[in-house]
Amino acid sequence: MSEPAITARQAPPWRRRTAAVLRRLLGAVAVFWAVATFTFCVQSLLPGDRAEMMLNVASGTLVQASKAELAAVNARYGFDQPLSVQYLRYIEALPRGDFGVSYQTHRPVRDMIAEQIRPTILLTASALVLAWVIAIVVTVTTAGRPGRLSRFIGGVQVATAVAPPYWIGTILLVVFAVRLRLFPVEGDNGLPGLVLPAAALAIPLSGFLGQVIREEFSRVLEQPFVTTARMRGMGDTGVRLRHVLRHAALPGVTLSGWAVGALFSGAAVIETVFARPGIGGLLVAATSSRDIPLVTGIIVASAGIYILANLLVDLAYPIIDPRLRAR
Amino acid sequence: MSSTDQALVFRAVERRRSAVAAFVRTLPPGVAVAALVIVLFVAAAAAPGHLQTHNPFRTDLYATLQPPSLAHLFGTDQSGRDLFSRVVEGTRQSLTIGIGATGLSLSIALLLGVTAGLAGGAVDAAISRFLEVLFAFPNLFLALLFVTVFAATPATLVIAVGIGTAPGYARMIRGQFLSVKRAGYVEAARTLGHSYGRVVRQHIFPNAMRPLVVMITLGLGQSIVWASGLAFLGLGVAPPSPEWGALLDAGRHYVTRAWWLEVMPGLAIIAFALSATVVSRHLQDRLEGRVHAG
Amino acid sequence: MPADGVPLLKVEDLRVSFGRDEPRGTVVKGVSFTLHPGRCLGIVGESGSGKSVTARSIVGLAGLGGFVHAKTIAFNGHSLIGQADRQWRRIRGRHIGYILQDALTSLDQLRSVGREVGEGLELHGVTRSAAERDARVVELLTSVGLPDPAIKARQLPSELSGGQRQRALIASALALDPELLIADEPTTALDVTVQAQVLDLLEQTKARGKALILISHDLAVVSRMADEVIVMCNGDVVEQGPAAEIFARPRHGYTRRLIDAIPSAHRRGSRLAPASAPRLRVAEEVRPEAVASGPLLEASGLVKRFRGPDKILRTAVAGVSFALAQGETLGIVGESGSGKSTVARIVMALEEPDEGYVRLNGLPWTGIAERERRARRRFIAMVYQDPLSSFDPRWTIERIIADAIPDTEAHRPGRVSELLNLVSLPASHRGRRALDLSGGQRQRVAVARAVASRPNVIVCDEPVSALDVSVQAQILDLLGDLKRELGVSYLFISHDLGVVHHVSDRVLVMSGGEVVESGEADDVFLAPRHPYSRTLLAAVPRLPIAPAA
Repeated sequence: MSEPAITARQAPPWRRRTAAVLRRLLGAVAVFWAVATFTFCVQSLLPGDRAEMMLNVASGTLVQASKAELAAVNARYGFDQPLSVQYLRYIEALPRGDFGVSYQTHRPVRDMIAEQIRPTILLTASALVLAWVIAIVVTVTTAGRPGRLSRFIGGVQVATAVAPPYWIGTILLVVFAVRLRLFPVEGDNGLPGLVLPAAALAIPLSGFLGQVIREEFSRVLEQPFVTTARMRGMGDTGVRLRHVLRHAALPGVTLSGWAVGALFSGAAVIETVFARPGIGGLLVAATSSRDIPLVTGIIVASAGIYILANLLVDLAYPIIDPRLRAR
Repeated sequence: MSSTDQALVFRAVERRRSAVAAFVRTLPPGVAVAALVIVLFVAAAAAPGHLQTHNPFRTDLYATLQPPSLAHLFGTDQSGRDLFSRVVEGTRQSLTIGIGATGLSLSIALLLGVTAGLAGGAVDAAISRFLEVLFAFPNLFLALLFVTVFAATPATLVIAVGIGTAPGYARMIRGQFLSVKRAGYVEAARTLGHSYGRVVRQHIFPNAMRPLVVMITLGLGQSIVWASGLAFLGLGVAPPSPEWGALLDAGRHYVTRAWWLEVMPGLAIIAFALSATVVSRHLQDRLEGRVHAG
Repeated sequence: MPADGVPLLKVEDLRVSFGRDEPRGTVVKGVSFTLHPGRCLGIVGESGSGKSVTARSIVGLAGLGGFVHAKTIAFNGHSLIGQADRQWRRIRGRHIGYILQDALTSLDQLRSVGREVGEGLELHGVTRSAAERDARVVELLTSVGLPDPAIKARQLPSELSGGQRQRALIASALALDPELLIADEPTTALDVTVQAQVLDLLEQTKARGKALILISHDLAVVSRMADEVIVMCNGDVVEQGPAAEIFARPRHGYTRRLIDAIPSAHRRGSRLAPASAPRLRVAEEVRPEAVASGPLLEASGLVKRFRGPDKILRTAVAGVSFALAQGETLGIVGESGSGKSTVARIVMALEEPDEGYVRLNGLPWTGIAERERRARRRFIAMVYQDPLSSFDPRWTIERIIADAIPDTEAHRPGRVSELLNLVSLPASHRGRRALDLSGGQRQRVAVARAVASRPNVIVCDEPVSALDVSVQAQILDLLGDLKRELGVSYLFISHDLGVVHHVSDRVLVMSGGEVVESGEADDVFLAPRHPYSRTLLAAVPRLPIAPAA
């Protein structure tokens, strides 16, 4: 076969790869900026006078402040400035992690998030790992096999995928903590306290991941290279673990970046159910008290984590799929 | 109308009826059950009175926190109200919020997805970037942002959930358009000398829109789960209304004493979402020709 | 060769069925043969004949839900019937090697070629260390003639060319030096020159005293290799015997028809399918409108470059010129990557050439706005390799064909039936969808759609490559009949030299985007001047005997 003529010179592969990584990084920064801007726009739609609301949030009651009092507060926080000036100040403070001061506690939002983010990351990360373990074990043992059990497991995966995590959380809490007293009811008591909330988050995600992996698994099982491996003398289990699983995991890995967002959403509810510390519970509390800086701060920060997680998935992808490295 | 005409009409009706029967017969049992569940929920939303066993708002202080029994199918709450009747009563509001959110979500998704998919180029790139930005917000967090700014009303709930779930559908629709645009039959239509407008009308649009039914059913289930999640956090519709999420929120405080207050409304949500998923998957299989229709 | 002593493989009355539906689910209905070392058994048949299932049953992998019954399946005198999977696994790879059709999908895309080739060594515990295994892998890759074996072993299957991949796949099957090699369509996806190299490699293996089972739809390939041949049709063995005898004097009608269906120089322009096959019925005058004198289609100095995914500009077509006269068939033949399909797309004005131009019916066809072209698109139509993807899945056959009838004469009642009749499809098919038709029927619909607008040029891009030989023969006959009856001209593109020779008046041979040779079909095929054309023609396997005209 004659190769088509090459009419342009190719850059060395390492330089192309570095350029690709840089481009991806720049894209992530741009998305983060857009996220922050979008959040700013939405919160600026808030009706009413800022200072009045802020005073209400801080005192917890409806107070009738005088015009002068309000003006002083508005001047102090720059609410009297045009929106564009407020926006520039907000964006300029972002790289320092400065999201302003909570209306309720008057503490910097950055410090409040820093205190609460560790348990949330621990919870979501362990839920992600647990979801993968469940999905892989179930898929490898049952996918592509004829019979009722396999079909039943497939049905269970669909059912768990639609189950709301808050409901699963409450049920787990009642059964395992209240009735059976196997786990603490609430509060962060280290590892035992982590089991139920992580399971509540992991079960729906494992159903969702499992469906995706399972479909791909069944498809790959029928690929000629799997038959070829069998023809070499490999057993069914060997083929599943050493050939099929890696292929089937690829779409799951792509989804895992997305799953970070879903896990954060779930964490907000689960932290409330289990009375666990974390930014999710903090956000829910901030929402009901309309603590705008805290709400925007938490949302922008978690979007940042989402962007970072997806960046990592993208950069790590060639390790799992060597075809991307070869290009 | 002559008698032969009537006979013809009658025969036509009969044929249609037998076609429906034949269609139902091709449904796998699981899908048939799921379809029936959805029909039941729609009935509960349309005419709750016919399904309720009690007045959902009448308190009975002699029958508080009763476990499920024949008299009270789902048990009673802390005020002695019949939970089954309350779940039936809440169906309308929950479904309305779900339908509203799905409608909004798909409208946004169609606008963005179709524009990006048809226009391509710079427009597509801009919309894709915008979707990427929306994706970066965890679904529920975006909803909470809206609730913070606009206060919790059913309308806010619809907007919050609608906007939160839109980017996923927009991306699906865009991908659908891009893949249909590359299809062999689109190129074949071009070589027949048809104008681009005709090709879009005849081939691209109808084929790219095929999964829309699937998206609607899937979206309904999902948005109800999300909306009740917000209500569960006490950020939804005000407590006296028996919306499913609100029932869950109310039940949370009695969960150690009365599990049914939490389990039953949750089962209603799962039953609806699961049925919607099962039906939509079946529709998808049919559309993709994996199941032979008829 | 003497065939005595204990046979390496003895199969008696092999039957395979799927599901409980006994008569209908039975896909292999009694196959028996014996195979000795150093001999080759060829199994020939069209799709659905049961040839692959037969071979797979021998290694105990008939497929999910398959029931295998046999009086005997004995390997080296040991019965394989009723073995546990663990015992099968000791035989697979170690004693019986297996090669599947498509090397790209038969090798794990996520693992290096070396790991795939060395997997058998590892599984059967032949090599003790990783270093020993790697060394053996390089040896194996060298033995199948792969250049730079040490480098290729570290690369992914997708980084190798098609021929190199097939060699690597063969190396992986030969890794443990099995006594029997089963090759299921080992050269189907390959270009002829690469096919010749792979067949050489299999021949060497046979010469080393290995037994070979070769499964193919291609009689010429089988005739080159096999000592004994089994012809299968719908699960039945229709004919079995020494290869030389079967190809020289086929006794069964089916074998006869298969051999006759192969297009070859001796029967150029004649019909390939038996007389009983549906013949063209021209209902009435449907000739395309007459055109002014001069060539219908004229291409001059076409150049097309594409930017690959790596941003590098590659020249796909490098200066191609030709002219097509009324009622003529111009064949374009070339291997994959030769640029022949790009030429077809430029001629259909689906791509604009970077340089050069195309004129249709004496008027400019490229370099003008699509709006100007639209009204004239009816004069040129196309038939694709994969008709199914060129049909809107929602549409019925009737709508697909009606859509191609120009608006000026649309809605004329009976036009669709007329066209269906023209391509020998029953009018009752008009309400069906393409998915419910067979491959041959779909291609008939595609031809009906192509002639619906009464074009004077039809571009055929690999129109019969996906079809079985007997169906291919019918479609080629149909195209020939239409040319005679309607006076259309064809630009006929194919990788199959036999097919191109059969249908073409003149031929272009393309390689690397250029036309290396052109001329009258007989001149190019019988007395090629360019070295590339000679290599190409020499690589084509031929039946040992000339089929009777």
